[in-house]
Amino acid sequence: MTISIDPQKTNNESLQPKGWLRYFSFSLDHKVIGIQYLVCGFLFYLIGGTLASAIRIELASPMSDFMPRDVYNQVLTLHGTIMIFLWIVPVVNGAFGNYLIPFYVGARDMAFPRLNAVAFWLIPPSGLMLVASYFVDGAAQAGWTAYPPLSITTPQSGQIIWILSVLLLGGSSIFGGINFIATIIKLRRPGLKLMKLPMYCWAMLGTSLLVVLSTPVLAGTLILLSFDIIANTGFFNPVLGGNVVVYQHLFWFYSHPAVYIMVLPAFGLVSEILPVHARKPLFGYTTMVFSIMGIVVLGLVVWAHHMFTSGTPPWMRLFFTIATAFIAVPTGIKFFNWVATLWGGKISINSAMLFSCGFIINFVFGGITGVALAQVPFDIHVHDTYFVVAHFHYIVYGGTVFIIFSSIYHWFPKVTGKMLKEKLGILHFIITFIGFNLCFAPQHWLGLNGMPRRVAEYDPQFQFVNQISSLGALLMAMSTIPFLINVYLSVRNGKDAGDNPWNALTPEWLTSSPPPVENWEGEAPLVEEPYGYGKEITEGK
Amino acid sequence: MLNKNIYLILIISLVFGISFWIGFNVNLLPAEASINAPIYDELFKILFIIGLIIFIGMTIAVIYSLFKFRKRNDQIGDGIALEGNLSLEIVWTIIPSIIVLLIGLYSYNIYDRMGGMKELNHNHEMMSSNTEKIWAGISQTSDNEIAINNLSIEVSAMQFAFLFNYPKGNFISGELHVPVDQKVSMKMESKDVIHAFWVPEFRIKQDIIPGQPTILNFTPTKVGKYPIICAELCGPYHGGMRASIIVEEESDYKEWFNKNKKPEVNL
Repeated sequence: MTISIDPQKTNNESLQPKGWLRYFSFSLDHKVIGIQYLVCGFLFYLIGGTLASAIRIELASPMSDFMPRDVYNQVLTLHGTIMIFLWIVPVVNGAFGNYLIPFYVGARDMAFPRLNAVAFWLIPPSGLMLVASYFVDGAAQAGWTAYPPLSITTPQSGQIIWILSVLLLGGSSIFGGINFIATIIKLRRPGLKLMKLPMYCWAMLGTSLLVVLSTPVLAGTLILLSFDIIANTGFFNPVLGGNVVVYQHLFWFYSHPAVYIMVLPAFGLVSEILPVHARKPLFGYTTMVFSIMGIVVLGLVVWAHHMFTSGTPPWMRLFFTIATAFIAVPTGIKFFNWVATLWGGKISINSAMLFSCGFIINFVFGGITGVALAQVPFDIHVHDTYFVVAHFHYIVYGGTVFIIFSSIYHWFPKVTGKMLKEKLGILHFIITFIGFNLCFAPQHWLGLNGMPRRVAEYDPQFQFVNQISSLGALLMAMSTIPFLINVYLSVRNGKDAGDNPWNALTPEWLTSSPPPVENWEGEAPLVEEPYGYGKEITEGK
Repeated sequence: MLNKNIYLILIISLVFGISFWIGFNVNLLPAEASINAPIYDELFKILFIIGLIIFIGMTIAVIYSLFKFRKRNDQIGDGIALEGNLSLEIVWTIIPSIIVLLIGLYSYNIYDRMGGMKELNHNHEMMSSNTEKIWAGISQTSDNEIAINNLSIEVSAMQFAFLFNYPKGNFISGELHVPVDQKVSMKMESKDVIHAFWVPEFRIKQDIIPGQPTILNFTPTKVGKYPIICAELCGPYHGGMRASIIVEEESDYKEWFNKNKKPEVNL
């Protein structure tokens, strides 16, 4: 018997709805999936942001008076989990990775389009399940780190739903990682060498390696934790002979690389944005590539710096101090190179550029406190305090989220064919930058002076500084308003962008805006100089 | 060219000057009340100054670039086609490496002075058996220590309280009383979840881990009342899990101890 395949029935696009309905379908088009990731992630960002606002309202006064204490712990757990697993990781990897990587390698789509769709469609149900767990029997309340024995002894249904949700999101992340590695390595257009790829490809390659190497460890750990909760096993339960420090080792073996899974793609994106708006080649391409790979290697061997007060032996503390501090070297190289990219350019001061420069300033600050935290004696005093909260938010919000916004301003014209309004964009940047620094800079002082993290009540001497921090959080919440208005107005009646409004050289700008179904009308262009600004190709434009 | 170099030297001097001034004159830390605290503060100061130099320098470089190299309305074309500079890239690879290495060695030295690299006192008088595994905390000693003999205390942490057992006096207290300038050696155990013992004024913290006793040694140097804070999320009332450590003169401590002491019961 022969099987005949009707191409009409297997061609995904012929079966897909058109227009905005595409985004509610199981589309296999990498661009549609990218936008699905972005919008879905942004909705969860709004939920996570609402939870953050609730936390800051609670902390505006020293007593626990805004919500019950157990609800507060649920709120902080959901805030952390949503922001990491449903906003930053999916958006900075899934959204921009899916949209841009096939363009950059000269492909029509990702290597595994169906796997790509599965990876995305795991996210909305997991996220909704996580949020809904609050209404079941209360959400998880052991923090996003879910340390046992606390995670074993708190109400179980919320914790189990949390584990299931994070497992699915981890699966989604692994699917995406495999897809990116395969696409970058195997789907490159003939003639396109690895060292000619735009930097974001290298960042995604490094990130995907981290995802594939470390996420399964988290999955295994959480499965063991769920056994402890459901089946009363004793992997991590000290009452049954389990070891809680082993959980911490396994958890941080994923969750420290997770920080690099959040920032490496941002490093790649900023490397794409700065040269375009500064009209200069990316400075030090080769060292940028090696520094990404250096961060990947070092990122895998620093996890125990989260456990300096957990009874780790002295030799281990020493090793992880040195390894962690050395991450500053490849990271520093990247920052010096970005500043060198700006130097001598012809810089357009627009929203994308401002958010990228804001990122550099914030991330340097967060990086410096990171090097300090890497030192065991320093960390012992501030571990598990607001100093760490501040450092972490300087990295993931001041760093990654700033770049997400910068990237939206940069690629919005390509995705929609419309320009975003600059005045609203600059207003968005100013409120975000001031609000963010007002919220998190004072928290360093709080941590140094005795305010632990994850508390609903605190010493009244810290009230004034906490109120400043809450004021900053209010500004951050408000900063979303001009952004949303801007997107709405621009989509409805924004100025036409044309194919290449920034005169950029990377391949996505060499096709129409929005791009056609398979990216290019004809053959994919071979771009060997993605950063050839100042050379004959672009001079005079 | 000469002018440019003079400006550059001036700006670098200014950045260094401001950073050192802030580093030496702005105190962001609470009072120093243990032998550890001044050693810690020394490290903090150094890291703070280096951090300020890098942060202020980078911020100036970014803002200067934005102003100096911004595109004027009448300009067309691109900036200079500079794709890299190997010697410059080597310089900013090697210099940070050296700085990081020096900071690492310095912090190792600080940690050693705090007693972090020393073997813990395995003849701890409260250890139930020689085979029991004691996990590392900080075992601090000091050359100028006035301590004649250690004061040994057993700490039990539970949701949501610290209890302090004084074996020599056969009593348990909710407040930790210790004499000034005497080394205190604590063996800490948790009854339920992970807690952490933190005294900000002493710059010490150690997790209290169920199933694994931890040891923490410190020497208070300043009379006063300081908060003991649980720093590890331990449940709904985590924020309320606090106690006090009262550092007092030897005579006051003895008076308090004798008032609470109970006779040993021999069964």
